Amino acid sequence: MKKLFLGIISSILFAFSANAADMRIALVVKGLGIGFFEAAAEGGEEAAKEIGGVEVIYTGPATTTAEAQIEVINSLIAQKVDAIAISANDRDALASIGKKAMDRGITVISWDSGIAEEGRVMNLDPSNTALIGSSNIKWMKNSMGDEGEFAILSATSQATNQNAWIEEMKKEHAKPEYSKMKWVDTVYGDDLFDKSYQEALGLFKKHPNLKGIIAPTSVGIVAAAKAVEDQGLVGKVFVTGLGLPSEMKAHVKSGAAIQFGIWNPIDLGYSAVYLSYQIATGAYTGQEGECIPTGRMGEICIGAGNNAAMADPFIFDASNIDKFAEIF
Amino acid sequence: MKKILLNRDFILFSIILIILIAVGFANPLFVTPKSISDVLTDTSILIILALSQMIVILIRAIDLSVASNLALSGMLISLLSTVHPELPVYYFIALSCVIGTILGVLNGISIAILKVPFIVTTLGTLSIYRGLIYFVSDGKQVYSNEFSEDFLALIHVKFLSLSFLFWLAVLVFIVIYILLNHTRFGRNLYSLGGNPDAAKYIGINENKYIIMAYSLSGFFAGLCGYLWVARYSVASTQIAIGFELTVISACVVGGISVMGGVGTVLGCVLGALLIGLIRNALPAVDISQFWQLAISGAIILLAIIINTKTEQRKEKTIMVEN
Repeated sequence: MKKLFLGIISSILFAFSANAADMRIALVVKGLGIGFFEAAAEGGEEAAKEIGGVEVIYTGPATTTAEAQIEVINSLIAQKVDAIAISANDRDALASIGKKAMDRGITVISWDSGIAEEGRVMNLDPSNTALIGSSNIKWMKNSMGDEGEFAILSATSQATNQNAWIEEMKKEHAKPEYSKMKWVDTVYGDDLFDKSYQEALGLFKKHPNLKGIIAPTSVGIVAAAKAVEDQGLVGKVFVTGLGLPSEMKAHVKSGAAIQFGIWNPIDLGYSAVYLSYQIATGAYTGQEGECIPTGRMGEICIGAGNNAAMADPFIFDASNIDKFAEIF
Repeated sequence: MKKILLNRDFILFSIILIILIAVGFANPLFVTPKSISDVLTDTSILIILALSQMIVILIRAIDLSVASNLALSGMLISLLSTVHPELPVYYFIALSCVIGTILGVLNGISIAILKVPFIVTTLGTLSIYRGLIYFVSDGKQVYSNEFSEDFLALIHVKFLSLSFLFWLAVLVFIVIYILLNHTRFGRNLYSLGGNPDAAKYIGINENKYIIMAYSLSGFFAGLCGYLWVARYSVASTQIAIGFELTVISACVVGGISVMGGVGTVLGCVLGALLIGLIRNALPAVDISQFWQLAISGAIILLAIIINTKTEQRKEKTIMVEN
């Protein structure tokens, strides 16, 4: 009995010490079970394997709220992880918990959807915010033509990234070439499929002349496309925005969506883990002006407000959707 | 005449009509036949789940695990359909119902045999069943192009320009109406909820009824699991998250007393229709979305207040007459 007990103790100690030698990086997402983030996690694992001696803890709440995310981060602080990389449900609500983690010596960065400056070392935007905003308006024009009504179907009303893109869309939309495209509404589907679907149905009823929906969220774009199909509005209403090729394949084939875009989520997760590692080891500080090597992604340079951008959004349409649907 | 005017179900029906007219004024497009049929389709799953929840609430219990049960059953058959797309759709429906029933029986056993309070049991299984979805799906989604055509086609069948979902809800309504009003099982449920001690004295086996009520609730949750994934043609870990509260509020609005033993099948359906109407109407009228949640809460509260007030008045009149 005593032997068995000692055996258990020593194996626990062994496991613990083996773990302690590793660097543990937590990849915290907006919500579990969303295709985009599952792909990002894959990229994170890839980076960890490449670096070696790194364990990626992929986690996130079941519901896409800031409160639930704070709980997840609290438990990560208790586990004394080395670094936390967050895609935030709320820019400001997560700032204080980010600061708390940094006070405990944990490296905190945000990626995809940022935290306010005081709550993280640096922020990695998937792409240049201005470029995403203007691209969405361009895709809308390419899909519905340069005349008619369109609306936005976003995620939650507090989502950092979506709100920043919508601001940029407004700037782009103010240009003279879009003067005949009328922005009639902005609604929020909370990144829940059924809510987004109902909001899309509501848009059709509120704006019978609607010609387009921009959904800058991977959940919203699929729900909007499905609603267009179910209502027999294919060819009348066009959906664009940010979505995953694998989820949008059927809707491009049906004609509900002509073109849409996104950056590669695998690259994004890869870069987030790589950057966390580089900063957590102390090799880099993650401050403005620094260029940090990130494996196969080359170097990522940090700009004003410790913000960095990864790559340009990539456009998908009927010509390339099959190929990319296989990948993510 | 006075009796009809004070009838709970009649009042609920009037509230629904008033909202429909008000929304019609705000946006005439909402009251076209096509649009009304959309609302009915959208509310069908809620109606089915509210009716099965009613069975559980009648015996002074609650099933909080319905949405998780629905999601787990739906995810399991979706995963199966990606590996075996050749199976006929009836097979998937039957399997979904079986899985749902098993999950329901587990709830029933925990409550009746292990004597774990129903709130604790179903709160636990709410998380357990939801957690199992992550486990079986590995967090991945099943997309619309991964389902077989057969799997998705049934849901789009229409009869008299109303959807399959709607007719199924009508069928469930008839079945549960007969079950609760014209069978011994139904009468015993009402008596167990109305006065459990008396019911036990006359020889009603409480445990048996608890397990049966929960397995029925599970059965319909499983059925709705198929309906949900086929309707939206996507299965993810997020499906129907939080929907149990919508179901329970439909029952409460419909006048099903959480104290047990009180409530009509028609009232339950009307409650679900009112909630479904609000969920569909608010996005269609020009009210800021930030107000919509508060407005829908206020309407629900108002409906319950009007409903209970009339009930009290009715009791008083009876006393005066006596």
